[in-house]
Amino acid sequence: MKPIREVEGRAIPLGLKNVDTDVIIPAQYLKTITRKGLGRGAFETIRAQPGNVFDDPEYKGANILIAGDNFGCGSSREHAAWALGDLGIDAVIAPSFSDIFSGNAFKNGILTVVLPQEAVDRLLEVAKTHPIGIDLENQTVTTPFQDRFRFEIDPFRKHCLLNGLDEVGMTLAQDAAISTFEGRMAADRPWL
Amino acid sequence: MSSKPRTLYEKIWDAHVVERRDDGTCLIYIDRHLVHEVTSPQAFEALRVAGRKLRRPDLTLAVPDHNLPTTARLDADGRRVPIADRESADQLATLERNAPEFGVRYIDAVAPEQGIVHVVGPEQGFSQPGTTIVCGDSHTAAHGGLGALAFGIGTSEIEHVMATQTLLLAPSKTMEVRVEGTLGAGVTPKDVILHVIGVIGAAGGTGYVIEYTGNVFREMSVEGRLTVCNMSIEGGARAGLIAPDETTFAYMQGRPMAPAGADWDKAIAWWRTLPTDPGATYDKVVIIDAADIAPCLTWGTSPEDVVPITGVVPDPMSFADPSKQVAAQKSLDYMGLTPGTRMQDVPVENIFIGSCTNSRIEDLRAAAAVVKGRKVAANVRQALIVPGSGLVKRQAEEEGLDRIFVEAGFEWREPGCSMCLAMNPDKVPAGERCASTSNRNFVGRQGPGARTHLVSPAMAAAAAVTGHLTDVRELEPVA
Ligand code: SF4
Repeated sequence: MKPIREVEGRAIPLGLKNVDTDVIIPAQYLKTITRKGLGRGAFETIRAQPGNVFDDPEYKGANILIAGDNFGCGSSREHAAWALGDLGIDAVIAPSFSDIFSGNAFKNGILTVVLPQEAVDRLLEVAKTHPIGIDLENQTVTTPFQDRFRFEIDPFRKHCLLNGLDEVGMTLAQDAAISTFEGRMAADRPWL
Repeated sequence: MSSKPRTLYEKIWDAHVVERRDDGTCLIYIDRHLVHEVTSPQAFEALRVAGRKLRRPDLTLAVPDHNLPTTARLDADGRRVPIADRESADQLATLERNAPEFGVRYIDAVAPEQGIVHVVGPEQGFSQPGTTIVCGDSHTAAHGGLGALAFGIGTSEIEHVMATQTLLLAPSKTMEVRVEGTLGAGVTPKDVILHVIGVIGAAGGTGYVIEYTGNVFREMSVEGRLTVCNMSIEGGARAGLIAPDETTFAYMQGRPMAPAGADWDKAIAWWRTLPTDPGATYDKVVIIDAADIAPCLTWGTSPEDVVPITGVVPDPMSFADPSKQVAAQKSLDYMGLTPGTRMQDVPVENIFIGSCTNSRIEDLRAAAAVVKGRKVAANVRQALIVPGSGLVKRQAEEEGLDRIFVEAGFEWREPGCSMCLAMNPDKVPAGERCASTSNRNFVGRQGPGARTHLVSPAMAAAAAVTGHLTDVRELEPVA
């Protein structure tokens, strides 16, 4: 995974609430057996509407997405995170995320930033004309207009994202502890 | 042991901690891993690329379900009917290759036990009380009906479980949803959970694991409990739980993968220790009076958009929250509904009885009881009954339910996810409406442009025979 320290650039001001993973990537794109190329199906229903933010030349090459409450709700499909990654999105900002989606995003090196609704509203406004910046190290989102919003992030996730660490490899290093647990389980709950 | 009273969730969690970190996250051991064809290919691929093994194939069970067509799988000569859709065929073939390569137990597409993962797991006794169960599918929450901590995971987590049999997790907050009292006539477990989601909202459970308590759940069958827990995710909760009790034990006993002999006694003894201790506290408590629950259904494109069947399509302006007003208007535009229309006046062209929410034997019995002696209405174009597994199908056939459905004009299909999601040939055409026993009414879920009303099996059956959304309580009994 590539490490993330700062994400700078234009942001797509989507702003919608309850954007579910079927909207992010419709089911007909889930039939792939690899992780690549899902960007073409991303937000299909929204992109079918003329004048949508995703096809607006103003936001071409944007690497940040700003959304409303409960982004990524619905199915647990990780394809949603892969589709965003394939679109070139490095970070999503919203007042809240579904648990599964933010976990999936994190595991694919996409930063999810939770900010209060007022801050998100302000960023949605700024994003229409100007870039915004996210500094993971200092946990802040800033605009060219001196706005500065601090966000919270789980310290473990932060550490992994900053260093581009792969979680499976880190857990495999704890093989001894897992084996000990399995030994105890075999004694206590032999039916499993 | 500490003497602090603990909830069911806390007990299961504590029993599975491999390691606790300073920040409270824990490495949690996973007892059961269910695998299907859609979310697993990239995980197997990642293992292969990294040269990693699957740690506990014996704790892993794979079964294809999402994109199998539900038409006959064998031709007259007993040969496999190939899947026409190339990508679906590819995913199935990939699972068929991966399972033996990694030593995973595999129930193949034509096995008598094949079915929807969340129906097969409990039915085989693979899913058990007090276990941690994961699957690359958000409706894994269903298994919580057995008193297991069960939740959906993404593909990177699937890879993590395959390689390490663990997950790194932060503990969830706990929410008690207590429903007490007497359920009215025609009110089923599906209505109970739709009502609960209507009350807490689609994001109300975010960050929580819900434990359903109260006499309503205690008196519910295991099938009903699986239905309730299944939809916990539609209320935003990652998992739902119901304490294991005598009903659970009776359900477990004798299932092919359930504990047997001396193990059975040990297992039961442990399961009895799991229910929440008196005095244990939850982070949030929601109390619902059973008498307030009517047979209900959804009008919009979020599972929180619930009204009683006696109700009307709401006016978007009736919502206090401005963003909900906008969302409701969008929903109504998509659903092709006008505020004030009586729900019962809405015609439906499609009926789907199936999915991991409502495709168990009880569900089929409930639907058959309504259908018996009646015919599918003329304006209904498509009415599918899709049993959740081959075993459910066989049981239903032994009880003669298939004949009731077929005589009424329903199609009797092979097990699979079917019309629950638009990944296989069973779809609702654009602009058409479906009374569906599935769990999601999202935009495009049952096919691009499809309009979904979530209902119980009895209500789906009632809609099938009248051709419009119908209060099942008002159908005259057939002599
Ligand atoms: S029936 Fe529907 S919700 Fe259940 S596993 Fe299949 S697709 Fe998912």
